[in-house]
Amino acid sequence: MMHTSFSWRDLISEAVAGLASRPARTLLTVLGTVLGVAALVATVGIAQTAGNRIVGTFSELEATSVVVSNNRGYYGSGPAPVAFPQDAESRIARLNGVEAVGVMGPVNVNGALVSTVTLDDPTGLNEFQMDVVAASPGLFDAVKGQMRMGRWFDAGHDARADNVVVLGPGAAQKLGVFRVDQQPVVFIGDAPYVVMGVLRDVARQADLLNAIIMPEGTARADYDYVSGTTVQIDVALGASQLIGKQAPIALNPDDPGTYRVRVPPAPDALRNSVEGDVNSLFLILGGVSLLVGAIGIANVTLVSVLERVGEIGLRRAVGARRRHIASQFLLESTAMGLVGGVIGATVGILVVVGLAASRQWTPVLSMWIPVGAPLLGGMTGLIAGIYPSLRASALEPVDALRSGT
Amino acid sequence: MTTEQQLDWPSGDVPVLSLDGIGRTYMSGEVEVAALADVHLQVRRGEYVSIVGPSGSGKSTLLNILGLLDRPTAGSYLFEGREVASLNETDRTAVRGRRIGFVFQAFHLLSHRTVVENVTMSMLYTGVSPKERVERARSALRSVGLDHRADFTPTRLSGGERQRVAIARAVVAEPAVLLADEPTGNLDSRTSEAILGLFDQLRAGGLTIVMITHDSSVAQRADRSVRIRDGRLTQVEAA
Repeated sequence: MMHTSFSWRDLISEAVAGLASRPARTLLTVLGTVLGVAALVATVGIAQTAGNRIVGTFSELEATSVVVSNNRGYYGSGPAPVAFPQDAESRIARLNGVEAVGVMGPVNVNGALVSTVTLDDPTGLNEFQMDVVAASPGLFDAVKGQMRMGRWFDAGHDARADNVVVLGPGAAQKLGVFRVDQQPVVFIGDAPYVVMGVLRDVARQADLLNAIIMPEGTARADYDYVSGTTVQIDVALGASQLIGKQAPIALNPDDPGTYRVRVPPAPDALRNSVEGDVNSLFLILGGVSLLVGAIGIANVTLVSVLERVGEIGLRRAVGARRRHIASQFLLESTAMGLVGGVIGATVGILVVVGLAASRQWTPVLSMWIPVGAPLLGGMTGLIAGIYPSLRASALEPVDALRSGT
Repeated sequence: MTTEQQLDWPSGDVPVLSLDGIGRTYMSGEVEVAALADVHLQVRRGEYVSIVGPSGSGKSTLLNILGLLDRPTAGSYLFEGREVASLNETDRTAVRGRRIGFVFQAFHLLSHRTVVENVTMSMLYTGVSPKERVERARSALRSVGLDHRADFTPTRLSGGERQRVAIARAVVAEPAVLLADEPTGNLDSRTSEAILGLFDQLRAGGLTIVMITHDSSVAQRADRSVRIRDGRLTQVEAA
């Protein structure tokens, strides 16, 4: 005789009817999976959003900075430094992706002390040993500097080797220079220099804040300054890796490897490490809630099997095979998990979007999450339903019918 | 008797049910209990047979074996000429689902499903299309006088109406035999009379009926009555 069968269509409609006949219980059961999946989605989403945010703030400054230097090693262990060409600034500025570039290097003033006025004051110190730094005109933009007063020197000062300096805020404080409109003078040793500006702040090369900064041309004329030690480049977002490769070639085509280049870490690596930190803890939390959800489904499905023993007996009596019974209960639990996954993913995404909106961040979520989360819920339901389904299918029809409805 | 080569649907005068030396023993701890011993019974097509006996006499065991819900531990059971005592689970389920209709004392209706859904249940696993299932269910409900209750849930029906739904469910798949287990056990005498009248009507329509009861007055409604006591059919009498 032809075996009895159970079409997919009938299986689905029976499972749906089974769930719909106890709507309140079904919803409560689904709630566990909703919470688990929502927690997972929100965790991953928040981590991705925050990771993106952190990278975003880093990149304003870090990701756009490329530094080339010619001193090899901190203790001079390498070969003698190779000087940068005098037109370093224009060589680099030509590269596509460079926003600003400047050269800087220490000036050896042979131990000369710096002072504003020659004044014998036995109680106070008015001569200081200070860092003197030579800089190219473009450095101001390359370090994203801001002036407190006055202005930064330009190419003219550099070319004429004018005796002008710009003070870092620390140096100005120390020397007692509080205004520049009357062109105060500082003495390096005996040589006078007009202070044409005082910095407020720099975003890079914080050494400048306590230094006396003069044009490179002036340093060459007055001291035996040969070349800067550092080329600071401000690049467009995303161009740092490229400029990091091109800059040494532009500076020294014969032997580009002679310079050390410092570029920011690739953004992906940074983002991954941030996400990794945030994720691992909360993923465990989400996983635990999902496990609790699965246990809830398993529990309710098991109770449902015990309650519906009479139904199982009847179905066996009218021709349902063991596998038909098992598949019905398995589909019911899987459907509960799937519905929980869909609702949970929705809730989780709303949480991420809501949080991002409240902080005015851009919500970031991988494509696989809205697709994967319901599947995860369905898998949870499927796994949770295995044991109850086997219990249901293992019932002997005689025993099932004896128990009553 | 070799039965493996017999056709699925032998025609002619082959009995619908034929029990030959059927026994069923249970293990109760270390002790073997015989619920049925050496049962011989033949039911011909169109016959209305009642099996009457007190509780504990083994009549439920007999019904379970007749309905292929349980396996005998001894003997041979020919269903429409085909040996079914040794069939595997899947084949037994197929015979049960396609050829046997059940009516239970406790009705076994699904309380969350409508009456018509309950009736279609017996065609769910036998490859009848959904549309035809509903048509046949409604016509079966009409024949038991319940077509106006088709979209109710069983919780809103009286006991007699519920049993009529169960009977509609049992006959809608056109089984070879209707097995009724104490069909009037949960009903008062007037409702019982109506149900027994429905059985008479089905019998007149050519349906083969085997009814189990502890009530001799109910049993007497059948063409013939078989008495069971201590797992043995002790008496066969003409009605």
